[in-house]
Amino acid sequence: MQFFFEVLIGGLLSGVLYALVALGFVLIYKASGVFNFAQGAMVFFAALTFVGFQEVLPGWLGVEPGGAAVFWLALILACLAMVVLSIATERIVLRPLVNQPQITLFMATIGLAFFIEGLAQGIWGANVRGLELGIQDEPIAWMAERTGIFISSFDVFAAVVAGVLVAVLAVFFNRTRVGRALRAVADDHQAALSIGIPLQVIWRIVWAVAGFVALVAGLIWGARNGVQFALTFTALKALPVLILGGFESVPGAIVGGLIIGASEKLAEVYLGPMVGGGIDSWFPYFMALLFLLVRPEGLFGERHIDRV
Amino acid sequence: MSARQIGEVILNLEHISLAFGGVKALSDISFDVREHEIRAIIGPNGAGKSSMLNVINGVYRPQHGAITFRGRTRHDMNTHQAAAQGIARTFQNIALFRGMSVLDNIMTGRNLKMKHGFLLQALYWGPARREELAHRRKVEEVIDFLEIQHIRKTPVGRLPYGLQKRVELGRALAAEPSMLLLDEPMAGMNVEEKQDMCRFILDVNDQFGTTIVLIEHDMGVVMDLSDRVVVLDYGRKIADGTPDQVRNNREVVDAYLGVAH
Amino acid sequence: MLYREAGQFKTSYGADQQIFPIRQDRIAMAAILAFFFVGVPLLANQYWLQAILVPVLIFSLAALGLNILTGYAGQLSLGTAAFMAVGAFAAYNFELRLPWMPLPVSFVLAGVVAAAVGMLFGLPSLRIKGFYLAVATLAAQFFIVWVLTKFGWFSNYSSSGVITTQKMQILGYAFDTPVRQYLLVLTIVAVMAMLAKNLVRSSTGRAWMAVRDMDVAAEVIGIRLMHTKLLAFAVSSFYCGVAGALYAYAYLGTVEPEGFNLDMSFRVLFMIIIGGVGSILGSFLGAAFIVLAPIFLNVTAHGLFAGNIPAGLASNLELIVFGGLIIFFLIVEPHGLARLWQIAKEKLRLWPFPY
Repeated sequence: MQFFFEVLIGGLLSGVLYALVALGFVLIYKASGVFNFAQGAMVFFAALTFVGFQEVLPGWLGVEPGGAAVFWLALILACLAMVVLSIATERIVLRPLVNQPQITLFMATIGLAFFIEGLAQGIWGANVRGLELGIQDEPIAWMAERTGIFISSFDVFAAVVAGVLVAVLAVFFNRTRVGRALRAVADDHQAALSIGIPLQVIWRIVWAVAGFVALVAGLIWGARNGVQFALTFTALKALPVLILGGFESVPGAIVGGLIIGASEKLAEVYLGPMVGGGIDSWFPYFMALLFLLVRPEGLFGERHIDRV
Repeated sequence: MSARQIGEVILNLEHISLAFGGVKALSDISFDVREHEIRAIIGPNGAGKSSMLNVINGVYRPQHGAITFRGRTRHDMNTHQAAAQGIARTFQNIALFRGMSVLDNIMTGRNLKMKHGFLLQALYWGPARREELAHRRKVEEVIDFLEIQHIRKTPVGRLPYGLQKRVELGRALAAEPSMLLLDEPMAGMNVEEKQDMCRFILDVNDQFGTTIVLIEHDMGVVMDLSDRVVVLDYGRKIADGTPDQVRNNREVVDAYLGVAH
Repeated sequence: MLYREAGQFKTSYGADQQIFPIRQDRIAMAAILAFFFVGVPLLANQYWLQAILVPVLIFSLAALGLNILTGYAGQLSLGTAAFMAVGAFAAYNFELRLPWMPLPVSFVLAGVVAAAVGMLFGLPSLRIKGFYLAVATLAAQFFIVWVLTKFGWFSNYSSSGVITTQKMQILGYAFDTPVRQYLLVLTIVAVMAMLAKNLVRSSTGRAWMAVRDMDVAAEVIGIRLMHTKLLAFAVSSFYCGVAGALYAYAYLGTVEPEGFNLDMSFRVLFMIIIGGVGSILGSFLGAAFIVLAPIFLNVTAHGLFAGNIPAGLASNLELIVFGGLIIFFLIVEPHGLARLWQIAKEKLRLWPFPY
């Protein structure tokens, strides 16, 4: 039983990471109806940019590597880079494709994903790097002593960051003018335009926020698994998360992420050995599919009625 | 009118109720349609007219009621059954296949009648080729009838609105339907286009004996074309009868002029 | 000769319904076929045949398969490579376990197996659309590769699922030289392209396009969505399956399941976007473009940096160029190279007096 809980908690915590990636998808989908396949590439780009700046900044500034100044400066620069990238994407890719079928936009973001991946590696090189956030990736001692369950302090940190991020986004959406405008846009583009909400400004903001979320996700993912190309594949796992949670729901992304993370780990540990292991490569997709057949709109999504 | 004879009831709708979630679109509606007649459904916006057509050909499934078409009673239709039994329709917002030419759009109207399997079609050989050509001949008759020969190979997306409406009618006619459902066939047309469309509807009814159920907002058109009219308001039936009877019905006048109840 | 149709009057619907209604097109097609069947084997060297023409043809076939599903029937798939893998491994197993089976029969059966698997993964398309369906096909992509790697039976218990294909032989005639292999692939691809062209202009093809353009209207006409979509999945996967078998037998000789990865699926998707979604010709143009572009990029990069290119630059450049082109084509010409060709032809028909 103790083992079960450890697997479950481990799964839930990796689910937090999926949820962080999925969050970026949801933001963009809500505001512009675009399913941004490039979100994974953005996570990769963000992490690589941060690590890259950390490497080059000491040389540029003539300071010792590893200092706090370098860390924060790299963070700010990476954040700026994400905002620039996001706004450029909105301007160059999405605006010309407004009113195209969703599937066209989706394919465009696949192209965008390739472009960003190539760009990131073109600038910073393709070798795997470590990313240090200064958080210990060790079991919390008192927890292990009291309950006998081993939970890494890093995982807890990640969960807290995700929680804070979701809370900030919730406040942003519900309490600010921009947030309200954004929800209006999500509801009905035409109506929002007609009451004078500047659609393109909203889209730019949303893309920038999604870029910021990608940076957070990239830092945590990168610190956990190293900054490498495989990050983009992990982001593919966000797809089943979205199906489970519903494409337009922020809480859905979180709950979906937790479910996918937990079930994937449990399946791998308990079912995996029966069929030779490695089933976490496809298990989330099958879960999502089964779920789709039962409830196509997702846990928190709204059912749409087709009008003829 | 001409020699066409209005026949027996071929479509009978009894106590149809339809709701989406909590919203009632139709409540307890009954009416019938006789063979060869032109039957109009009118009513203010949101009265449930399109929903009614969607129930008749199985796009929507009503929660209550019965539909009797050609002697067979069902709780609801499904689209395939409806098409197979000769019900064709057009849509309020044009529902053409935008990526295809006029000819191909109208050819799809005959898909149900094309029986050869895809393997034979891939070879385009023997029976499949003869079948394709026989259907092409039929489709050309429709094209001639609607006077759209000059645009046969044009992709429908490039056509002006009025012609698109005509092509959509052509696609429905290609199925040689016994009943034709027209959802606002003249919406958004200018006077000449309306006149053309009226002529086509009358000709279809007259020459092929097709029963027609149509939704239309232009009262002049409705009163001139139709044999009987059913009036819906807020999902209820408020009147049913000949154009003259309906015109003088108190409730209908109220519904249109918006009298405070 | 001028590209004109003046004076070519169609006197029957049969003549108007021909596969190439304009005479110049028929002549051009004959010339192209003659060139590829006779000219190329005489002119091309081994490198061109093996490293360029054969893969272009094989990927054309796969792109054709995806185009049937995505371009004509409107169902997006990200699992093309997996269906190719099914074809490759099915053909291998037919030849391995039933050695008396003639190779063409194995290829056809490989296609049939891929079609069956394709239909299975196409089942969700009955309830879901668009990128939801993309997730279903992603499931196919990962699941199939996993199965072929994990279960040794499929690869006759070789390590990590690697298979080496048997010699290609039909009626005692060995396809062991590049020219012969090229001709075999060319024949299969040409025949299948012709069949696909016929299919998409038949009532089956019209049903696919109807479902793609407006599924509710298609249903109302009496087109059965389930039947139509599943047939599209089956035919598409059949084409991908045969392409996969050819990829293993006529191109690489040794393949592993990991070779048919998501990246390959994306590549085939790029082929149809760049070549032309919903176009048979586009499948060929797109495949040629995607196979040739990296080679071209490599040569250019070598030229620019005088042979001493930074590590990985070529592959990153490839990602950037492909990604950029996809976006470019979707924005500027969503119907791809095939549409550009069509516009050129329309202009040519009226040239030099366009009004």
